[in-house]
Amino acid sequence: MDESFAPEPDRAAPGDSVIATHALTKRYRGGQLAVDGLDLTVPAGSVFGFLGPNGSGKTTTIRMLMGLIEPTSGTARVLGRPMPRSSRAVLPHVGALIEGPALYGFLSGRDNLIRYDAADPTADPRTRRARVAAALERVGLMAAAGKKAKAYSLGMKQRLGLAAALLQPRRLLVLDEPTNGLDPQGMREIRSLVRELASDGTTVFLSSHLLDEIEQVCTHAAVMAQGRLITQGAVSDLAAGARGRLVVTTPDAGDAARVLKEQGAADVVVTEDRVTAEPPDRDLAEVNAALVTAGVRVRGFGVERASLEDAFVALTGEGFDVAG
Amino acid sequence: MSRAETAVPRELGELRTPSPLWTFGLLRSELVTTFRRWRTLALLAVLAAVPILVGVAVKIETSDGSSAGPGRGGGGGGPAFIAQITNNGLFLVFTALAATLPFFLPMAVGVVAGDAIAGEANAGTLRYLLVAPAGRTRLLLTKYATVLAFCLVATLVVAASALAVGAVLFPLGDLTTISGTRISFADGLGRSLLIALVVAASLIGIAALGLFISTLTNSGIAAMATTVGLLITVQILDQIPQLHALQPYFFSHYWLSFADLMRDPVYWDDLTKNLGLQALYAAVFGSAAWARFTARDITA
Repeated sequence: MDESFAPEPDRAAPGDSVIATHALTKRYRGGQLAVDGLDLTVPAGSVFGFLGPNGSGKTTTIRMLMGLIEPTSGTARVLGRPMPRSSRAVLPHVGALIEGPALYGFLSGRDNLIRYDAADPTADPRTRRARVAAALERVGLMAAAGKKAKAYSLGMKQRLGLAAALLQPRRLLVLDEPTNGLDPQGMREIRSLVRELASDGTTVFLSSHLLDEIEQVCTHAAVMAQGRLITQGAVSDLAAGARGRLVVTTPDAGDAARVLKEQGAADVVVTEDRVTAEPPDRDLAEVNAALVTAGVRVRGFGVERASLEDAFVALTGEGFDVAG
Repeated sequence: MSRAETAVPRELGELRTPSPLWTFGLLRSELVTTFRRWRTLALLAVLAAVPILVGVAVKIETSDGSSAGPGRGGGGGGPAFIAQITNNGLFLVFTALAATLPFFLPMAVGVVAGDAIAGEANAGTLRYLLVAPAGRTRLLLTKYATVLAFCLVATLVVAASALAVGAVLFPLGDLTTISGTRISFADGLGRSLLIALVVAASLIGIAALGLFISTLTNSGIAAMATTVGLLITVQILDQIPQLHALQPYFFSHYWLSFADLMRDPVYWDDLTKNLGLQALYAAVFGSAAWARFTARDITA
């Protein structure tokens, strides 16, 4: 924090990581180990899903990345600079929503944003009103901008918190459970907003306990449990850990199994009128044609994609919704 | 062009080269936010009501032509200067300040100072201010400056209200100092302003103490209650003769020395002791608050 003021952190080279931690550890004063030797790498331009049950250390990690909590040991670099030492240089380029929104209930939505913007010494007061209006517009709160924040619903508060993260063009957005408290329509809007921001080149670090949310928007993901990193990587790679299976629905299950084996499918399993197998490395249309040619009456033919949830269960051997 | 680079400058805020003046945006926001709160306005309203009550009470008591308080019988009751109010409304300013300085003013300051950091932590807004990034030292300085501004505004509210009430209910004119000399009304007005400033400065110590307590907890109410509790404790201890040796170090010990400004010539001894003591409190508890706040984990 005592580092001299530099408005622009070193530019990350292409392919460089926006967040990189090394053996990051936080032990609270009570002795509780919240984060244990975390090595996290968030590639530039990714939409990075940070997964884990409640109490797995996600929020403590985010707070360390944002310079709110001093690590017990290990290092954290954000936008190429060490945190929390370079908070003043790094944080103006980072928009954050941490553990839900926090607002001044006695101020209007607009005045809340004006206050948060005024807290940033790199924010130009001449463009403040315009930027606040643009942020409100972006999250769909323009109509309620003059209302006192205490009268806002949880969803509106969530949107206002997001607007605060969007007051400036950011290089990194850290969103902790951004769809909490939103209705399905609101969730969809937030997801499309995240995609839009990501397509502009902003790196988005998104924590969630909702697997399908991560699957829908993220390019990369990391999974935490009990303070430790279980895995991280591209979502497609993670899901590949539990590969999709070919599923054929047919009354002629026995014949179908034989044909599939001939076509090179492995691990063929027959259950009544369902035959599943690991798909062979060839055009599945040909496999289907082979089935039909062999006289198998095919009712259904397709690949059941492995979900991240399957991957998670495969990794941890437990369901995802573990209570913290 | 790399992907990371395309992320930075868009239509607004091209590579921002901040002006050093922008850093005061937070102070402005803090002042506006503080003085727009109902709680702050209610505290100021209570403070403004004290001179009205004192003025009306003195007016009623003296409506039969007698003079108020200890002036005649020499009894010990009533705040300083209360006997002179009927002769000159300007004395209501001194009386009101003497009446509010022991408790009402420092209590109001304790509420605002105690809530400064702890209230933000309680509401969760502290983490968003810090990731904005407000900077911990900058935020603390801003908070302290705002509490000091409140000290000044609160004192001036008491003085202004007292002056208005005094002018309405009582005659104004030349006045007699404690030393017995006569000074003009203009001189008296100047001295009351000086006294108001000294009274405001007397609150610097408790403001620093309240801010320090505010950095210790995540509960605004707890910080406010602790600060006001300490104020009451110190005021009581200051009355116990056995603690004679300690009393010169109590932040409230020299508070009423402002009356020395009404002597002719002004007796500076206790006044300078008071201001020195307030500066000492500001330095000690200001440093403690800084040490605590810049090293603290923000978990709220």
